[in-house]
Amino acid sequence: MTSITAYEPGASQLLMGNEAIARGALEAGVGFASAYPGTPSSEIIGSLAEVAGEMGIYVEWSVNEKVALEAAAAASFAGVRAIVAMKQNGLNVASDFLMTLNLTGTVAGLVLVLCDDPAALSSTNEQDSRPIAKWADLPLLEPATFQEAKDMTKWAFELSEEIKNVCLIRSVTRVSHARGDVRLGEPMPPGRQARFASTTVGQFTSMFVPVKHSLLHQKLNKTREIFESSPFNWYAGPEKPELLIVTCGSGWYYSLEAVKTLGLESSVGILKLGTTWPLPEKLVQQHLARTDKVLVVEEVDPFLEGNLKELVGDTFSALGPLTFYGKRSGHLPSFGELDPDRVMGAVSSVLGRERAAVDPEYAKKAQALTGGLVQARMIGFCAGCPHRATLWSVKNALKLDGRGGFVTGDIGCYTMGLGPTGFFQLKTTQAMGSGAGLACGFGKLGRLGFSQPVLAVCGDSTFFHAAIPALINGVYNQSNFTLIILDNSATAMTGFQPHPGTGASAVGEPAPKVDLEALCGSLGIRVEVADPFDLQDTTPKLLDLMQDDRGVRVLISRRKCALVRAREEKAAYKVRVDSEKCRGESCGCARLCTRVFQCPGLVWDSESQTAKIDEVICSGCGVCADICPASAIIREVA
Amino acid sequence: MEGKDPLNVIVTGVGGQGNVLISQLMGRALVRAGYHVTIGETYGASQRGGPVMSHLRVSRQSQYGPLIPQGQADVVLGLEPVETLRVLGQYGNPGVTAITNSRPVYPLAVAIGTAHYPSVEEIVKALEELSIRAWLINATDVAIEMGAPILANIIMVGALVGAGVLPLAAEEFELELRESLPADRLDLNLKAFRRGLAEAKAR
Repeated sequence: MTSITAYEPGASQLLMGNEAIARGALEAGVGFASAYPGTPSSEIIGSLAEVAGEMGIYVEWSVNEKVALEAAAAASFAGVRAIVAMKQNGLNVASDFLMTLNLTGTVAGLVLVLCDDPAALSSTNEQDSRPIAKWADLPLLEPATFQEAKDMTKWAFELSEEIKNVCLIRSVTRVSHARGDVRLGEPMPPGRQARFASTTVGQFTSMFVPVKHSLLHQKLNKTREIFESSPFNWYAGPEKPELLIVTCGSGWYYSLEAVKTLGLESSVGILKLGTTWPLPEKLVQQHLARTDKVLVVEEVDPFLEGNLKELVGDTFSALGPLTFYGKRSGHLPSFGELDPDRVMGAVSSVLGRERAAVDPEYAKKAQALTGGLVQARMIGFCAGCPHRATLWSVKNALKLDGRGGFVTGDIGCYTMGLGPTGFFQLKTTQAMGSGAGLACGFGKLGRLGFSQPVLAVCGDSTFFHAAIPALINGVYNQSNFTLIILDNSATAMTGFQPHPGTGASAVGEPAPKVDLEALCGSLGIRVEVADPFDLQDTTPKLLDLMQDDRGVRVLISRRKCALVRAREEKAAYKVRVDSEKCRGESCGCARLCTRVFQCPGLVWDSESQTAKIDEVICSGCGVCADICPASAIIREVA
Repeated sequence: MEGKDPLNVIVTGVGGQGNVLISQLMGRALVRAGYHVTIGETYGASQRGGPVMSHLRVSRQSQYGPLIPQGQADVVLGLEPVETLRVLGQYGNPGVTAITNSRPVYPLAVAIGTAHYPSVEEIVKALEELSIRAWLINATDVAIEMGAPILANIIMVGALVGAGVLPLAAEEFELELRESLPADRLDLNLKAFRRGLAEAKAR
């Protein structure tokens, strides 16, 4: 596909929300971009990396979100405009630095994009990032359209420079991972000489904190004034609406569609806010005065709703009684994501109107005709995924060991090890690196009667991101566990970004490759390497590590991600089932290959009552040949 | 379908079938033709074998939100038959056009033998009763015959454009292929697209 610089200024191009944000940064003359990948934020830095050479900018995949923000702040301190992007969980990692950077302030424009994932479509939580703006006293912008995603990002650099502080942008999956036509502006080269110049003592610190804190509040007041006349806020609707919808972000399109579909253009008005913290108080009051009924439409938490009510509380005598509808009233959920139907339901319910629902006769017919035919489609490991093979060995080693051992895990493709295609082996999943952190604690419970072996798993990218401190903690405190590093040579879940172990940089140039064996070995602990596709070697190795019951041990389970392999090399094997040898139900294996191993490339053929290979899906890894007790699965070198 | 504004199209399939790519190609061609286009898509975790849906909203007047309201699809393009039925159940209406690939991608429950995959007869019956026009295209078989099963997605776009339900001429989509695809993949994709057009013509 074409890059974000491929089209002429003035032209309309179909851009993903994240690409629009990246294009906005280019049009602002960004010079530095950094991030740790995380859905739905990854394409912001990914698309900047593609054009780094041509635009003369620096782009990196950082080891984690805190380092990404620190690196970008350095660029800002040196007078270079910088952008950082992260998903909601990443903000938690970066917030330690952010909560002092806000007091420190910035020099050149620094924009921090937070991409939230309502309904946790690809996340372990659906945290609403917006309260950080209030907590840190920083300006917050929320794009509602793709055009705004670009234009707001560009403007955020100017605002950041005007108030000398970080500007936050909050996007959500339905903006970041959706596409729309965007009218483009002119990309600008950075054009600034980077130089760090500290002119006053303590300039680049938070000292003295109360003084800087007071200064921070002054900056916020200035921001509020600027927001009063922002073109990202507008009202559309009748002079005196029966109901005022106040909305931001993806809620705006849903509100617009709801009003149109329900035919309420003459009785419902919409105040669309792009600047949601600090609230432009005068503007908001002026529109609240139009009505006595307000419905707030926003993603996840009642953040805007709460802030509006706070404002109304301060100015109650001027505004008179107002009834608020939204998440607190139960008209919209404060969990999951919004959609046009939910907003239509809320508007109809507030106004007591009948909602034009789906044709009930059709819905009944569709239910009757498809209800029995459409099964749930669970996500699981791809055909040829090395994680399935590793977890197969884990399952068997734990069984052979027999002491009730278990696996702690964290975030990555291997989180799916919680489910059937990972044989339900993962028992915990919280934050990046927390499988290893939990293992540290479990491994110290011996004196309290604990005697189960503990295996922690983390991916290679996750190891660099957050598992290293836990590993060192385990070594120092003489805990007792085995850490399995699932080294598939990619940050696979988020789109195969390179990391410190891959030997490539964000822009595809060669980079120093951090040696996992040497790094772990330097801690003076036992480190083993296995190929997960070699079940005969991996299972006993794991068992031995588990039973070597002292201190911390590491197994590096190394095999490239199947999707990366498919791009780079031909399948290793041609796999087929010898239907003479496959004895089906009479074998006694209880359909081990299809029922238990659960690779999507293996299919139980109910007609012939044997297993077969789906050649469209099979990746040719050949691992299943080692599983079949009847040797009916044949792998031939392709 | 002529003049319906916004035109609501859902492209559905299973992670890995190239659903996102064809939505993007169609979207780009429509923007080039002067339309406002919005595409809402689900992927991320859904790359790993889950259901994938792209919502395309095409309008002369203005941009629409990335999610189509329930019961409001005008066209469903399915890369997998049961996924097409799943989408019809939620977004269909008596006037919807459904064009689907006939080749199943078995859900794990079917692959492991604990659930039944519907027969072609059951699928065709449901498709016909739930749409004003239903086409079943054996795109994956044609794609395998052409040497790469992944081409099924482009063949299906050919069928869709050939059906005349998008405000897009075949030449406009071919131009998009030329603009977007690397030279070494262009010829095969153009051939696949034309096979799809021919499938539509034969109906």
